[in-house]
Amino acid sequence: MNKIVKIKKGLDIPLVGHAEKVFKNLDSTNFAVKPTDFIGVIPKLLVKEGDEVKAGTHLFFNKYQERILFTSPVSGKVTEIRRGEKRLLEEIRIESDDKNSCVDFGAADPEKISREEIVEKLINSGIWPLIRQRPYAIIANLDHTPKAVHISAFDTAPLAPDYDFIVNGQGEHFQTGIDVLSKLSNGKVNLNISDKTKAKEFLSARNVILNSFSGPHPAGNVGVQIHHIDPINKGDIVWVIDVQSVITIGRLFRQGKYDSSVIVALTGSEVIKPQYFKTRRGASISNMVDNNVKEGDLRYISGNVLTGTQIRADNYLGIYDSMVTVIPEGNYHEFLGWALPGFGKYSTSRTFFSWLTPNKKYALNTNLNGGNRAFVMTGEFEKVFPMDIYPLQLIKAIMYEDIDLMENLGIYEVEPEDFALCEFVDTSKTEIQGIIRKGLELMRKEMS
Amino acid sequence: MKSLRKQLDKIKPQFQKGGKFEKLHSTFDAFETFLFVPDKTTLQGSHIRDSIDMKRTMSIVVASVIPALLFGIWNVGYQHYLSLGQTAGFWNNILYGLGKVLPIIIVSYVTGLAIEFIFAQIRHHEVNEGFLVTGMLIPLIVPPDIPLWMVAVATAFAVIIGKEVFGGTGMNILNPALTARAFLFFAYPAFMSGEKVWISDKADGFSGATPLAEAAAGIDTGSVHFTHSFMDMFCGFIPGSIGETSVIAILIGAVILAFTGVGSLRIMISVVLGGIFMGGLLNLVAVNAFMEVPFYYHLVIGGFAFGAIFMATDPVTAAQTSTGKIIYGFLIGVFAVLIRVLNPAYPEGMMLAILLMNVFAPLIDNYVVEANIKRRLKRMKPVKA
Repeated sequence: MNKIVKIKKGLDIPLVGHAEKVFKNLDSTNFAVKPTDFIGVIPKLLVKEGDEVKAGTHLFFNKYQERILFTSPVSGKVTEIRRGEKRLLEEIRIESDDKNSCVDFGAADPEKISREEIVEKLINSGIWPLIRQRPYAIIANLDHTPKAVHISAFDTAPLAPDYDFIVNGQGEHFQTGIDVLSKLSNGKVNLNISDKTKAKEFLSARNVILNSFSGPHPAGNVGVQIHHIDPINKGDIVWVIDVQSVITIGRLFRQGKYDSSVIVALTGSEVIKPQYFKTRRGASISNMVDNNVKEGDLRYISGNVLTGTQIRADNYLGIYDSMVTVIPEGNYHEFLGWALPGFGKYSTSRTFFSWLTPNKKYALNTNLNGGNRAFVMTGEFEKVFPMDIYPLQLIKAIMYEDIDLMENLGIYEVEPEDFALCEFVDTSKTEIQGIIRKGLELMRKEMS
Repeated sequence: MKSLRKQLDKIKPQFQKGGKFEKLHSTFDAFETFLFVPDKTTLQGSHIRDSIDMKRTMSIVVASVIPALLFGIWNVGYQHYLSLGQTAGFWNNILYGLGKVLPIIIVSYVTGLAIEFIFAQIRHHEVNEGFLVTGMLIPLIVPPDIPLWMVAVATAFAVIIGKEVFGGTGMNILNPALTARAFLFFAYPAFMSGEKVWISDKADGFSGATPLAEAAAGIDTGSVHFTHSFMDMFCGFIPGSIGETSVIAILIGAVILAFTGVGSLRIMISVVLGGIFMGGLLNLVAVNAFMEVPFYYHLVIGGFAFGAIFMATDPVTAAQTSTGKIIYGFLIGVFAVLIRVLNPAYPEGMMLAILLMNVFAPLIDNYVVEANIKRRLKRMKPVKA
């Protein structure tokens, strides 16, 4: 193994509500595929309401890259095609028939078939969209061979699930998934592990370059890892994929079917019994949270508190998410809140007296804690942004849309999640992740 | 507090679009958010946010100048009675000082906030908290006997020309409080320099020269004679601008700023090191009495300490990159001492040094960022080859 990369800058936000390491099977009958999970995809439907589908049946394709297909995670019936404002396709809802019948894509040994056949299998099964690329943080382009593939084998985000626990017992599938990716990338698969991992599935993985990391969040962000191992330069393409998606690929090649099983952590201060659930991609979270959350106005998040998507209590898991977080809404006024001593107010600065209790854990709510202002403070972002990139300068370059400067300042290396902590600590309450996404989309249009 | 909240909610619609007092929207918003942290929640991006906001940040800065302010109030009285040859006791000093300082603070705040509110309304912005700090800093860097109308004019100049024309808080190039000070210095020099202005209602026979002036006088007389000991200067028992005299009080502020993370310790230390470096260098090559003044005196006389802690650290006008902050701070220290010693026409070198470096801060940052860009481009070459 290589030396340990020590990430020094960053922040572990001390939240209450970690998932207890026990499994429960989630009996969900309601599922959905949300085209809005896929950045830059304009869906063209292949099914209509009432159609019977199997796990792996094509649901829609991307208008701009027609070969990329999206498939059903379960067998059952399409109950509703839900559209939002301007007829935006929001959800394709599927009611499971519990038979779990699957389309047969044929098992295969990745060593024995060609790269083209592998790609074809991944496209056909609808698993391809689980592979994403840098720059732009979008679904990997079919026409490219990446410089490398990176898999982050740990998540440092607040309340994040433990991948050692998730991967346990799935070593064979995981290894087959790696073999597939290795073939796609000419052998350059990086498995980026935590220095604390004990999972033999990771430590004894073959066909990979093992890189070890230590330090606070965002050490587990794949973008930070790439930056420290082999940074992305202009023109480079790197693919990234999460651990559970590697396992999904492994199952496809070993069993010949799209098995959408995932393990999801239910976390957050408002969950009565935070724990892990075995379910499938796109499952409704209602069976998880019904009678399992505290009273009050709550926010349900598919993903973590820094980067996740707000959903309703009866809504569905995001395709890339391995956790659900429930926290209190902060939609109330607080009398002279900014002037109080603030013993219970969490801040990375020492402007509130909460610095007296450094080990306290918090149940933070969604209040913005202030009004939106122009950038005034400096040096805040640098403390939580472990890359050799000037975050404030890059953000400003995006705001005034200077393409050349954005490129020079390293826009190809980042995605919104890398700026989540900057957004958290920002005194000016700027929507930084939104700005980064806007910058990436601008670059993508400019370069295509 | 619920009844207050109810009252606010009741009158709120009148201040919103289409309401009777639509034109006072920003004003209402300023008072409402002053009383209550808004109920706004995160819409996109991170769902949780740090508790800190601009109000908290600015109130910490205001809190950090309070020791200097309190000492200044006492010292105004102390110096006054001292010049009359009387010992007046602690509370009399305070009372006299309050009578002089409080009106200046009130004029500064009223003038500045009125302008801020008007601009916020015109721009349909929320009122920025930046002036809470500026309005406190301006009184601390003027002599105690300054006419109040001058405070008003200087404050208006600083807020309008120094800040609002550039787009308001966060966009200004020059430190607004120092802009006010510079305006006064160049527009009304008789009230801002000389021996008479630094002690309130001074007895005529009493020398009211500041240590800085005494040091500058040494160039002509051949030797520097300080009336006060180094310890007096460090503690602040000397004539000078209201808040700048006590290094101890200023250091308390420095600890508050640095500990809470609101002020940049990096800048503070760099300024001091720059001052020591230049002072030491001048000691080595000294050809006149001012140049021979031991370098550590520069840190306690004039506005050096006050400027280093409260003015140079203003994040908007300082350099923004970590490396840039070191260069920026160091050069402030260097130039402050250089201007003082080599150009005695401008005794307050600190003010000019900070304003000068405010102008150059973006250039310093530009070079730091360019270096990062070069590193990135260099990284590419081996890939291409």
